[in-house]
Amino acid sequence: MAQGAGTVATVPLSDDAPPSPPPRDEPRRVGRARTTWRQALRKDWRLYSFVVLPVLFFVVFKYVPMIGNVIAFRRFRPGGSPLGDEWVGFYYFDMFIHNQQFWQVFGNTVVLGLLTLAICFPLPIILALMLNELRSRRFKKIVQTISYLPHFMSIVIVAGLVLQLTSVNGTVNQIMGLFGSDPVAFMQQPDWFRSIYVSSEVWQTVGWGTILYLAALTTVDDQLYEASRIDGANRWQQTWHITLPGIRPTMMVLLILNIGSFMAVGFEKVLLLQNPLIYSTADVISTYLYRVGIQSAQFSYGTAIGLFEALIGLALVLSANYASRRMVGASLW
Amino acid sequence: MVTDTPTPDLAAVRTEPTTVKDTPGYRAFKIGNVVVLLIVCAVTLYPFVNLVAKAFSSEGFIAAGEVNLLPRGFNLETFSVVMGDSLFWVNYKNTIVYTVVGTLISMVLTTPYAYALSRPELKGRTFFVGIAVFTMFFSGGLIPNYILVADVLGMRNTMWAIVLPGAISVFNLLVMKSFFENFPRDLEEAAAIDGLTTYGIFGRIVLPLSKAVLATMTLFYAVGLWNSWFNSFLYLDQKELFPVTVYLRNLIAAASGSPAAAAGTDAIQIGANIQSVTMLLTVLPIICFYPFIQRYFVSGVMLGSVKG
Repeated sequence: MAQGAGTVATVPLSDDAPPSPPPRDEPRRVGRARTTWRQALRKDWRLYSFVVLPVLFFVVFKYVPMIGNVIAFRRFRPGGSPLGDEWVGFYYFDMFIHNQQFWQVFGNTVVLGLLTLAICFPLPIILALMLNELRSRRFKKIVQTISYLPHFMSIVIVAGLVLQLTSVNGTVNQIMGLFGSDPVAFMQQPDWFRSIYVSSEVWQTVGWGTILYLAALTTVDDQLYEASRIDGANRWQQTWHITLPGIRPTMMVLLILNIGSFMAVGFEKVLLLQNPLIYSTADVISTYLYRVGIQSAQFSYGTAIGLFEALIGLALVLSANYASRRMVGASLW
Repeated sequence: MVTDTPTPDLAAVRTEPTTVKDTPGYRAFKIGNVVVLLIVCAVTLYPFVNLVAKAFSSEGFIAAGEVNLLPRGFNLETFSVVMGDSLFWVNYKNTIVYTVVGTLISMVLTTPYAYALSRPELKGRTFFVGIAVFTMFFSGGLIPNYILVADVLGMRNTMWAIVLPGAISVFNLLVMKSFFENFPRDLEEAAAIDGLTTYGIFGRIVLPLSKAVLATMTLFYAVGLWNSWFNSFLYLDQKELFPVTVYLRNLIAAASGSPAAAAGTDAIQIGANIQSVTMLLTVLPIICFYPFIQRYFVSGVMLGSVKG
């Protein structure tokens, strides 16, 4: 139990070293083993007053909606009970499982998620390694400052920029015009959506993604580099055999977190970028859910899809965490 | 600790003695490395430069696809058109109000909770941490949330629908918790001996000495709220209540028109300079503050990861 609390805080960066609970807790914790709740509350009631409102927040805004998922199994009528009126079992699940359109958006989600993962996960590592090779602190700082900037932009701004750049007379078409190709209406052609989405995702996330790697790079033991230089290792060999293994725990933890958000693929951005002409590639589970659930007010049907998506996400993160712990000894908890 | 140089610098540590010569291959790599990084910077900045250029250009040149790095057909009229729209200012004011109120609520909820979670004497600590962390990996979903906020709590068309549902960010909570865990224990114990209660210790000792982390968290929340749009889009349907992000979203959506009807033509360019000006005015505060706040963000992220 104590370990659980200690390691939770390390979410982004635990490693193979056995998780050590904050040492100063230990002696006290033993002494408190017999404290009852009544005693704890009487003695530390002021401290407990700090948790009342936040716990209320979590219950109301996070856990009540989880209970609300029950309408995936119950028929919900607007104006009726918020928890639905009657049990219908897996009726709504059957409905989307037998829906052609659902499987299309499911496929789109998987493809877009895999592309994002395959491209947006390794690039920050490469960029961090490149920054790490710079000798000039000043130049490094400038590159960092510039590359972090897109992270601070609202999704609405990012979507606006993407739509402008890819419009018929936008920059992308101007450049392609230089090579003699005709203007392309990118956002009206399903074939282009995935490349555009992933590019914008790279633009927005790659710089910011380097921060944790740069922090991890500082923890790699310098003596290892010295020793390898004496053994005649060149810079490339040093990177491959010392640097990369040194930041592996960070890589694994970020990979697990990325896999966890796999199913949710940038919902807000996709929603802002898509239009009916390109639904065949640009519609993903979360946007489909939004359209049928909120806009068409099929609350129970939408909830069933949302529950399915959330459960897949949870299963992915748990199995990635398990696999990582078994194979490389790095895990979230 | 936050005010220190936040970015780790290996260059200083790993510079080899000058007697060791780089191999020609490594020297070539270094040049290539710098060139690639310069390209990265250029590609990152280009959309912003292009945005500024379009904001000051006349519509004709934009439509002809002739605006890149510099404005063509310089004009300021678009600015007066956008700034003359009273709805824009109403929405801009809403963004400020939502950001200020939301950040306050978030900080008031997050800070004491993080402090309590960092105290070993809090019985049930694992449980209190657990209920927060679990929500990072599983959530109620869009529709149950919508029913709760809009119907059950009746927050439709109120500010509360924007600022309350996301009031505690678990990531920020964990960052703060690990900061408080490293707070010098002796200080608190001395204060307790002097007769200060938990409230006194928290208010008079801990908070004044945590200004840096408080500033960082405030910025995290404020930028998040400033940039947010989806909750407003979902729960507000009166124009006067929109934040400026939704104003902008509607402008872009209107310019794109109904895409089916616009097929073949290029409707997105309708009012491209109006869009650009609106976007520019929306990001302006962030861009202006960015150089000053950036290091706080970086240190916040690292605080949450390296510690713990």
